[in-house]
This record gives sequence, C-alpha cells and structure tokens, in this order.
Amino acid sequence: MSRREATGGRLLLRLAGRPESFATLSLADWDLVLRQAMRAGILARFCFQLAEIGALDKVPERPRRRLESARVLALKHQRDVRWEVACVRRALARSGVPIVLLKGAAYLMAELPSARGRLFSDIDFMVPRARIEEVEHRLLDAGWEPAVADEYDQLYYRRWTHQIPPLRHFRRNTVLDVHHTIVPLTARAPVAAEALATQSLALDGDGQLRILAPADMVLHAAVHLFNDGEYDHGLRDLLDIGDLLQHFGEQPAFWGDLARRAEALGLTGPLQLTLRYLERLLGMPLPDEIREAAARWQPAAAKRALFDALLLRALLPDHPSCNDGLAGTARWLLYVRAHYLRMPFHLLLPHLLRKSLLRPAERGGDARRDLQLRVEEFLRLGPPHHPAARAAAPEHSE
Amino acid sequence: MRVSAWSQEELAERLRGPGIYLHTGPFLSHIRTAVPAVAEGIALLYADHKVSAEEPYADFHIALQRPGSLRRWISPQVRFEYDGLLPFKPLPLGQALPMLEWGLNWCIGAHGHQFLIIHAAVIERNGLAAILPGAPGSGKSTLTACLVHNGWRLLSDEMALVSLQDGGLTALARPISLKNRSIDLIADILPNAALSARSEDTVKGAVALLKPPTTSVERVAEPARPAWVIFPTFKLGAATELACRSKADTLIELGRNAFNYSVHGARGFEALSGLVDTCACYRLTYGEMTEALALFGCLDAQAAGPVGART
Repeated sequence: MSRREATGGRLLLRLAGRPESFATLSLADWDLVLRQAMRAGILARFCFQLAEIGALDKVPERPRRRLESARVLALKHQRDVRWEVACVRRALARSGVPIVLLKGAAYLMAELPSARGRLFSDIDFMVPRARIEEVEHRLLDAGWEPAVADEYDQLYYRRWTHQIPPLRHFRRNTVLDVHHTIVPLTARAPVAAEALATQSLALDGDGQLRILAPADMVLHAAVHLFNDGEYDHGLRDLLDIGDLLQHFGEQPAFWGDLARRAEALGLTGPLQLTLRYLERLLGMPLPDEIREAAARWQPAAAKRALFDALLLRALLPDHPSCNDGLAGTARWLLYVRAHYLRMPFHLLLPHLLRKSLLRPAERGGDARRDLQLRVEEFLRLGPPHHPAARAAAPEHSE
Repeated sequence: MRVSAWSQEELAERLRGPGIYLHTGPFLSHIRTAVPAVAEGIALLYADHKVSAEEPYADFHIALQRPGSLRRWISPQVRFEYDGLLPFKPLPLGQALPMLEWGLNWCIGAHGHQFLIIHAAVIERNGLAAILPGAPGSGKSTLTACLVHNGWRLLSDEMALVSLQDGGLTALARPISLKNRSIDLIADILPNAALSARSEDTVKGAVALLKPPTTSVERVAEPARPAWVIFPTFKLGAATELACRSKADTLIELGRNAFNYSVHGARGFEALSGLVDTCACYRLTYGEMTEALALFGCLDAQAAGPVGART
C-alpha cells in the first residue's frame, strides 16, 4: 500500500473490503470512517453489509444510529427508483422501444448486490439511436421536461455526448439520462451500441425492460468510472464493480466472457484499471486467467505509474483526511482527460473557450467564491452538471 | 460538565481552537467557531448543557467561520460548515447565532432518520406531552416560551422527535427561536429570562433566541408520551377556545408538517397514525396569552387525573 493509502483512507478501505473487520474499530475510528464513508457515498452500503453479517447490533450506539439513518434514506431512494422506472415504462409501453437500464437503476431492478445502500441522483437507460427522438417526445409528453435550458448545452449534449440532455419530471423532480450508447459519438474509441443491445437481457415477461449482459454491465461500469472523469463516488463505483464481479464470477465461464468481450469492444483499458485498483485498494482476489489477461492489457510502466499517481488519489473519498496536496490536481487532470477522450481536439478548444469566456459567473456569494466558480467552470470544460445536487444533498426530503 | 463551568474566555478559546463537544439530547455536536457572537451566544443559551472538551465520536462536526479575503471588510459574512462542506450559502455576519441553530436543525433533519421528525414544538408535564405543530405566524414559539416558564418542560420548540419503535418523544431542550414582535413580548412577559441579541433582516425577520429553562435541560434524557396534538393560532382579540380536530385531518396535517415523512414510507404512516390514535387532537385559537396558559393548565389536569393546577 502506498503511503497515502496508509494514512487517511486505510481504515475505510479495510472496512470496505472486509466488513467483518469492524470489530477492531475504536469510537474515534468510527468517527473518521463514517465521515469518509459519507463523503464517498457508501455510508448506507456499510449499514447493509454489517446487517448482512449480523454485526449491526455490535456497532456502538451512536455510529449505529447514524448508519441506520443512512439506510432509511437509501431504502427511500430505492422505492423512488422503482416507481420512476415504472413511470418510464408506462410512458414508453405503447412504443415498444426496448429500454436497457444502466448503472444503479439496472442493479436495483435486477436485484444485484451493488444496489444495496445506493443513493440515486438520476436514472440512466439506453434506447436505440434511431428511436431516441421518439422516446424523447413521449417522455416530454408524459411530464418530463428538459433539465438543461441553455441552447449551447442542449446542442453540446446532442452532438457530442452519448445521451440527450437530461430530462426532469415536472412534479417528481426526478431526472432521466437517456443514452444511445455508452461512449460519446465523437470519442476516439466509439463502442457499437448494437453490440450491447443484442446481448441485453430481459428483466420481465414482455422484454421491454432490459439490462446489459453481465460482462457488458461490468464494462459499462468500468468505462463510466475511468473515462467519465467524475470521482465524487469513485470508491463507491469501484466497490459496485467489485460486487458485480463477485456475483457474476460465481459462474466460471464469466471471466473468459469478460475478457473476450472487453477485447471485442475495445474496452480493455478501463477494465484493466478496474482490476488493478480492486486488487490494490481493496485486496480483492481475482482468478488467474483474468489477472493474466489484465497483465497483457496494461499500459507501459510510465503510463501505469502516472495512472497510479492520479487514481490512487482520486479514488479515495474527497475528504480532508484522505486528500494530500496533489489530490485536487489529480482529479482535475482526470477530468481533463475525460474530456479529451470525449471530444476530438479541434472541438475541445472552441468548447473550452466558450465555457471560459461566455459563461456568466454564478451570482451571489463573495468575490472569491465568484472567482473560484469561474475557474471551476473553466476547468470543468463541460456543461453545468445536472443534479449531482441530489447526490450531494440527498438527505433533504421535501 | 456544563458549559457554564468554563469562563467566557476559555469557552471562546476552545471554540477557536479544538472546538467543544456539546450534548443536545440524543445528538452530540463538535462545534468550532472564531465568531465572537456565536461564542457569546453559546455561553448564554447553552450554559446548562452538558459539554466535553474532547470526545472520540461526534454525530455532527460543524463550524461557523468567516470566509477570508474581501468579505472580511465589505459586508462581512459567516458560513456554516458541515465536515468541511457548505450546505448553505453564507449569511451576513449578524446572523451567525441563528445560523448555528438553523445549522443544527439541518443536521438533525438530514441525518436524524432514526426518528420521525415533525415540525412542531413539544412540551411536557407529568409525563404527558403536547405536540404543537407550527405554521409560520401561529405564535407557536411565543406560546411555547411562555408555557415552559409556567410549569411545562421544554422538549423542543421546532422538532418533535418521534420514536418509530414506541411512539415516544425525545427531548432536545435547545434554545427557543423568537421572531419579530414576539421578541419584545417575551422580553416583557419574562424579564428574567436570558435572551440573546437580536439578529435583524433574516429571512424570518428579526430573530432572537431564548435560553431553555435549566430544569428542561437537566431533564433532557427523559422521554415523554404524547397525549395531545394542538394546532395553535394566535388571533388578536379573538376568544380563546379549544376545538376538537378530526383525527384524519390531524394525520394529514402532521404529515405535511413532518420533515421526513416520505423518507420513512409505510413506517412513517404507521408511526403517525399511532401518534394520532393515542392523542387528543385540537385546534387552539387564542387572543391572549394568559387565557391560553390557563387552558393548558386545565388540559393537564383533565388528562392526568387528580393533579392540582400549577402556576
């Protein structure tokens, strides 16, 4: 373990990898670990894990109450997502468009272990590109509205990303991200959406609601984690993939499938990074065959070292106890990289310029905060982030 | 130990440095601040509260600090930090003390889901509690302030913490928040009560905080059983009367006033129905404080059996 892991995040990582180790925590340890867990978005997950091993009663009272409070909230989120998926289904039922659920919504509806303790900020699903306009119209008819008003941002989403601009329901305030593939149109390594769709699995009788095949689900999660540039919930996303691998990996054929699929879709890069950090940060045991494949896929030593320097920082919770002086820079570099992957260079520059010069600074707050926001907007190099607000302050109920 | 064991200076120094660990009912808050008004406010309002210099675990880690640079001199501000995050926009420095209270309320609302939390005052006498849900302008806080200086114990002026296991109420015994005219009114009616300085121009108007009675703080660990739900409305010149309110109506209104009703889903409904079932539910209109106090005196006597009315 690196020196950084050895200080701030050590206990958290140990607990995340082996929940039974909770018994060694002092009250002071609990104080730190719960704060880090909250920042990482895995507080409720801990509660579920401890309950699963029958350990929740043995947690000291104050931390236990906190964990249980987080669990209550996570259960509410689950109820909300189930309802929202039902509403989407109803809105699209007559069209017969296949709806492939992605990420959290998929984990939940498929009852996968990665769903437990999750707080959802929006619902992602994929539809065939040819039918995306029809889907958008039906959803707008059924009460969802564009969540992004700015014309440039609308265009940005439509031309350069793999989704239409997010839609927010006028009454429920829930947000939908409708994708047509999992890597943006202009990316250097586009992934064929049809390849994903043909392998998708039906969740119910009539086959409209679907999820990605196991290998594809893992690969999608890996691409999202390592290519989208957002690490607010990096550790949680990594843990989710760990859960998926443990769950699917019970079928011995899975690992071979995963390796072949990664090569066929050109996604060995993100998969290799996933496996590497699952091992290094969480001590997850992996079968030899996949470890050998990962060794073949890994980049040159220098690039490996660079990734380590960036990701071993970015994957830890963004908490003062886990960040060192370079953590902010590491996250920023990864954010830039994500945009580099998303857009060709000749598009990136105009996009940057537009973002930095034309975007008005947010009103209110002090001058320093204004400056900070402007710089952040510039550095973010992208359209304003739609409700991560819900993820950031999920505990507010109406 | 109690906050009052420290001198002003010592308290301020601790708050500027490692912070203090303040017990408010079931919640333990680690508080740091370099804002003198907040330190003074804590010394006054939380004098009787249990506090430690150090604790291994705190439920909430909060700080009230002034942002640096230009805003030190121009329109100074204060911001509320929750474990290093800023859940709210900064407020003018003059609102720092109310911000502490609003911040602590937010912490409970955001992370206190072991309870069903209703926006209501809760007072208790002889083991039985009255829940007073608070529409703005209902005069709930003024009424509560008077009642707790007239024989009733304060559990909370803002948040009824209802147990989902057994429907019991848990006390916070935190300062009572008074607004606008009610500040002067209470200063008149209770000249000896400890009142903080006024903060002007908040979103609620002028705000001042009233120190909770010492006995209420000392008894904070005692739970209470709910016996009444009473919706107060102050109407100048109106006759004081208590009218029955239907349980169905009360249930809906309480649900509307609950911070985390929807978070609890079905369990929230069960808890709320249980509460409404066991309580006598009323609407109270009052035009005069003494009449309202007398009415509460009778309430208590009726429900609890042969207990003499107390002044």
